[in-house]
Amino acid sequence: MTAFLALIDRDLRLAFRFGADTLASLLFFILCGSLFPLALGPSPDLLRHMGPGIIWVCALLACLLPLDRLFGAELEDGSLDLLMLTGPAPAAVAFAKMTAHWLTTGLPLLIASIPLGIMLGVKGPELPLLLVGLAMGTMSLSLLGGMAASIVLGARRGGVLLPLLVLPLATPVLIFGAASSYAGQLATSPAASLDLLGACLFACLPLCPLAAGQGLKAAVG
Amino acid sequence: MTTPSDFPSPPTPDRLLDVEDVTVFRGDRLVLDGVSLTLDAGDAMILTGPNGAGKSTLLRTISGLRRPDSGDVIRYGALAWLGHQDALKPGLTLAQNLALAEKLGTTSLSDALDALDLTHLTDLPARLLSSGQKRRAAFARVMLSGAPLWLLDEPTVGLDVASIERLDAVMAAHRAKSGAMIVTTHVPLPLDNTRSHELPSLAHVDSFWLS
Repeated sequence: MTAFLALIDRDLRLAFRFGADTLASLLFFILCGSLFPLALGPSPDLLRHMGPGIIWVCALLACLLPLDRLFGAELEDGSLDLLMLTGPAPAAVAFAKMTAHWLTTGLPLLIASIPLGIMLGVKGPELPLLLVGLAMGTMSLSLLGGMAASIVLGARRGGVLLPLLVLPLATPVLIFGAASSYAGQLATSPAASLDLLGACLFACLPLCPLAAGQGLKAAVG
Repeated sequence: MTTPSDFPSPPTPDRLLDVEDVTVFRGDRLVLDGVSLTLDAGDAMILTGPNGAGKSTLLRTISGLRRPDSGDVIRYGALAWLGHQDALKPGLTLAQNLALAEKLGTTSLSDALDALDLTHLTDLPARLLSSGQKRRAAFARVMLSGAPLWLLDEPTVGLDVASIERLDAVMAAHRAKSGAMIVTTHVPLPLDNTRSHELPSLAHVDSFWLS
């Protein structure tokens, strides 16, 4: 457990040390979201109707950006060998890295989605629902993304392969997440889609770190 | 987390490692052909052989990073690993880089840094260290582990004469405390009573005959 926390602590230090890398996905998220009003036109009704969907797709894409380096840097400088030999269990190493990914990518996205949502015309009372959905969604994306990143680790052109692997797996998260965020606008209950979103998260929670641990072991072998 | 109970009980009290008839392929190329060796407490084994003879592959196989294609590797104690790369994050200070190893290990950080003459560099970011200093920092991690079996892949790369002497002193002290090590090196180390294991070059074995 101490090793697990030490690993997260180290990753957070690195993320703060190289703030530009961490900010890149956040800026991408905000820029990407800001492009839609330019392309779709400034109609408030249209933007309000599309807002949650835009935010969900942009968050999904922004989560992908840092995945390539999540384990890549560890493999290249030999840290992964050490982690596999003397660190916590491979699945715990993977889970620590996924947690760090969420803290440095998912959490900032969550905060940035508030101004972006307001900009796109999401009404005040609908925002908490959007945030709850996005919180669960970004956690699932960190888990799925970390798993995919460990599987393509060491493969040639892994960076190209990564989105092809993550995006199909992320479709249930996107569908139920966006559906829950639209509940306020459509005056329906978000319960069912939030339940299913939570189910996605709790399916990913044990499975993704286990699969990622095996991927990491295969990558150093 | 590794605990002593994870290891089988050794056939003799001093035994730390048994490597039995290990064969490893990389792709369809034979890299290690039936390698057997044993290591007891206090031993230092130097792996020699030409480039490409599989010294690093043997170390990785012994460490468990790589599974042998046939044969067995049986370890009777924890191991510490020094790979080709120093595994230091350039943005973190020396102390931060070694923090994880310190938490997992049993030796104190100040003792390890002292023995390797790194104390004055503790709070310096790793990107400012010279390659020799980085190598010593990576070696400090091995000391921190407190593991009896050390696997060292080219520990002396980039080190000056004074640093190599420090390393030798550390290695001798480790053997005196009934530790053991396997070292690959191209530089002769002034260690006493070393055993050496020569790996033959298998480059002449045509992969055609193996497939």
